[in-house]
Amino acid sequence: MSGTSQEITAEASFLPADVARHETDGTRPAPRRRRGSKHRPVWEERPTPFGLALKGLVLAVVVLAILFPLWTVVLTSFSTQAETIRAGGLVTVPGELTISAYTQILSGGVVTRATLVSIGITAVGTVIATTVSVLAAYGLSRPGSVLHRPILFVFLITMFFGAGLIPTYLLVSSLGLINSYWALILPGAVSAFNVLILRSFFMGIDQSILDAARIDGAGDWRILGRIVLPMSKAAVAVVALFYGVGYWNAFFNAILYINDNAKWPLQLVLRSYVLQGVSLPGSGTGQVDVATGAVTGLPIQMAVMVLAIVPILLVYPFVQRHFTKGVIFGAIKG
Amino acid sequence: MALEALTRRRTGASTPDPVTGAESPSAPARPPVRTIPLRTRLRRDRSLLLMVLPAVTLLVVFAYVPMLGNVIAWQQYSPYTGFLHSTYVGWVNFERVFTNPLFLNAVENTLVITAFQLVFFFPVPIVLALLLNSVLSPRVRTTIQSIVYLPHFFSWVLVVTIFQQIFGGAGLVNQTLRDHGLAGFDMMTNPDTFLVLLTMQSIWKDAGWGIIIFLAALSTVSPEHYEAAAVDGANRWRRMWHVTLPAMRPVIVLLLILRLGDSLTVGFEQLILQRDAVGTGVAEVIDTYVYYQGVVYTDWSFAAAAGLVKGVVSLLLVLGANKLAHVFGEAGVYKRA
Repeated sequence: MSGTSQEITAEASFLPADVARHETDGTRPAPRRRRGSKHRPVWEERPTPFGLALKGLVLAVVVLAILFPLWTVVLTSFSTQAETIRAGGLVTVPGELTISAYTQILSGGVVTRATLVSIGITAVGTVIATTVSVLAAYGLSRPGSVLHRPILFVFLITMFFGAGLIPTYLLVSSLGLINSYWALILPGAVSAFNVLILRSFFMGIDQSILDAARIDGAGDWRILGRIVLPMSKAAVAVVALFYGVGYWNAFFNAILYINDNAKWPLQLVLRSYVLQGVSLPGSGTGQVDVATGAVTGLPIQMAVMVLAIVPILLVYPFVQRHFTKGVIFGAIKG
Repeated sequence: MALEALTRRRTGASTPDPVTGAESPSAPARPPVRTIPLRTRLRRDRSLLLMVLPAVTLLVVFAYVPMLGNVIAWQQYSPYTGFLHSTYVGWVNFERVFTNPLFLNAVENTLVITAFQLVFFFPVPIVLALLLNSVLSPRVRTTIQSIVYLPHFFSWVLVVTIFQQIFGGAGLVNQTLRDHGLAGFDMMTNPDTFLVLLTMQSIWKDAGWGIIIFLAALSTVSPEHYEAAAVDGANRWRRMWHVTLPAMRPVIVLLLILRLGDSLTVGFEQLILQRDAVGTGVAEVIDTYVYYQGVVYTDWSFAAAAGLVKGVVSLLLVLGANKLAHVFGEAGVYKRA
């Protein structure tokens, strides 16, 4: 829910602005070079073989703990039913591969519809939320503009005190938004945290450029569109990703506001048909074979999971390198 | 007049910005003069106000109106009469909240989970960041970073499902155990190990993301400090103790205080997904309790009262924690006024 105190932002003053640059470049503030070891500074001791092995081991375990589950989920989704029974569940070693699970769930059933719903909500929601936030952030970023202080306060308060679940639910229902996709889009459309990230980014832009544009006769709309936005692509991308991921993963709001399971987004389908093992209409998903204890239809279940991951994996590489900048500007997201 | 307004445009206020604490860049050294009448300033900044309008409207509707809606906590609310016409009943709902054993159980569970996570989850990103920071090759480091950030962007449904597939009764671990003739265990439904399970899930999902802020703090440490310490004879552990850790201290204190201020909130979605499998004895927290009492059992006023109690206590905790940060000489969440 928005407005929980988890979203409190923090003063970034303890981190100089050039932090972001080093982090995003993946470079160090100063080069450390030494003959024989490319990155180790002269004064640093050689690591002991034991220490090195331990460090490598721990990092390998960390990386594997994240990648292995994904590997087996993806592999199982591409396996045949027979293969999962032979493996007694998730497939960890590639055997017979097939895309039949995907053709089955994408041939127009429940999962197809839920995927389209999720894509639609995410697309519309992200565009609305990002646009509204960019406008608000710019509107609040011009120093000395009229009323910007009280308006800023309006944003800040929402980060400290959330209205609570029940009144929010009653409001949404009295607006007639139950079972409407707008109930998933509008309540989360403005996060004060994201507005403040953008605002500090906009305020970091060299004032003289904006003044020059103004003297040349550009209004605020033109300055925002022609100068500020092109200079802030990274920050806008990160904020759009935060919103996009929020909409794509929206699960609790969907439980609250969407009762009609024909309108379910993908996350609810995932919970119902995969986590709770309810039988997916027409696919035999989730039935437990008593004799083997193995869940049949496992490839289909795993294919639904992969569908829920793929969009994130598609966007992630393009935005990932901007994270630190975005997060540092807004400081902390709990 | 137009030219004067142009040159003095938005330089009227030179007091520090309430959020960033920064002086406005173009602020003149002279004391603030506000000779431009409000009407002119409104006209001058009308496009800025127009830009803020949609966001403010959304906030007013979806954040402020519900705040007022909390009056139902003092009412005998019924959806048919609405909160304008429901009868006021005083503090009855709050009395019910504080004497309700189920609510108190939820409070206890919340605090236990928070405390457990504070001890076992909180240090993990710090250790990971230290470890990762000691990796000298930038390429290896950034690759690992991209991988550990990833699960943060998965939904809780996905994370819980992954855990179920791996650790559940029919999951991978149990299959392997059974194949080797060992007894299986269903971690996903066992109340005794629920805290461990929750923490494992949180670590898997968010520990990697948590390192960002620590890595940023570490990257500000000038290599000269390490060099100087090395010249003075400090070995790598002493350098870590005397250079690296002090550099992380402000961030650690800040995050710790934020977490304390946030004690009454534990992952809502994470718990609501697993509440039924594990049982309300350990898995009911304040948020899930409010949800079930209100939305599921439609005891609106009671649930609103419980939610309001949580909201107010959380607010006080945040403000108190921030005060504490100031006492410790840290910047805290917001600037001292």
